Amino acid sequence: MKKVIIIGFLGVIAYYLLSAFASVPFGADLIKGVKDFYLDKSPNDLKVANVVTSIVVNFRGFDTLGEVTVLFLASTALGSILYRRRSHDSGLNPQRTAPEASALVQTGAKVIFPFTIMLGAYIFIHGHLTPGGGFQGGAIIATGFLLMLVSYRKFFIEHNALTWIEAIAGSTFVILGLLGLVYANNHNFLENFLPAGKLNDLLSGGIIGIIYVAVGFKVGAEITGILDTLLTVKETGLDPEEN
Amino acid sequence: MTHTEIILTVISLVVLIIAGFYAVMKKDLIHAVIATSVISLVLSLVFYLLQAPDVALTEAAIGIALSTIIFIITVRNTKRFEDK
Repeated sequence: MKKVIIIGFLGVIAYYLLSAFASVPFGADLIKGVKDFYLDKSPNDLKVANVVTSIVVNFRGFDTLGEVTVLFLASTALGSILYRRRSHDSGLNPQRTAPEASALVQTGAKVIFPFTIMLGAYIFIHGHLTPGGGFQGGAIIATGFLLMLVSYRKFFIEHNALTWIEAIAGSTFVILGLLGLVYANNHNFLENFLPAGKLNDLLSGGIIGIIYVAVGFKVGAEITGILDTLLTVKETGLDPEEN
Repeated sequence: MTHTEIILTVISLVVLIIAGFYAVMKKDLIHAVIATSVISLVLSLVFYLLQAPDVALTEAAIGIALSTIIFIITVRNTKRFEDK
């Protein structure tokens, strides 16, 4: 009976989704005006080779600031609920539940870790030239730290340092936006006020490159903090007496 | 799209559906989590073939690594096998 009801509901949802999609002609050019504006303006005025980045960071920069804020709030909430200070007298982290990984995993993690960090840094530094950007690069850096966290029990992450990185990166984003309010031509928040440079140059695109480096550091620090917090929770769940 | 790309896309979509069914049907939740990460892997290939490399990178970084580890932490802290 339960399954019949579930299938019925899914059928209703599928029907409405299908009828909604069927009303859109497949492959039709529905967003002509905006698309042409972006495709023309990104390489010519802003000198940004990657149009997606120029939309995300420049034309829709305020939305990106909102996304970064959401991530920051999520990581702060998780940290305030789950984070526990480790005891400093023993070298081992008593709350890291995973057993020590094998020598093969440890050696492999040690070899791969710097290259993972390098790949993440490459992706967010070249965010305005190649696919990817701050969010992807930050997530890749966090993956590198995750590899070390699951391989070594003694691999500690200093949460104070993470907090400082988050604070500096987040303020860089907002301060650049506010400087745009003062120095840019049209006095808009997050408007470009630096020289645009040459297309396909590393130092092109004005504030876009700087913002994406800041976003990369911020996302990397936040996701690393989230993973470290999650991995150090006790297996039996939250234990209020042990703090 | 060339013929090779179309064939690759179709194969990827079939693998995606099979992995999705496996993830739903399997009672061992670790296996189900690995199946969802296979979905993310194949999906990022599909995004790349459909000329969306930005989305493919996001899917690869977040779908394969981060969401999988969060699911695995959750399974480890709760129960490994699904009840009937």
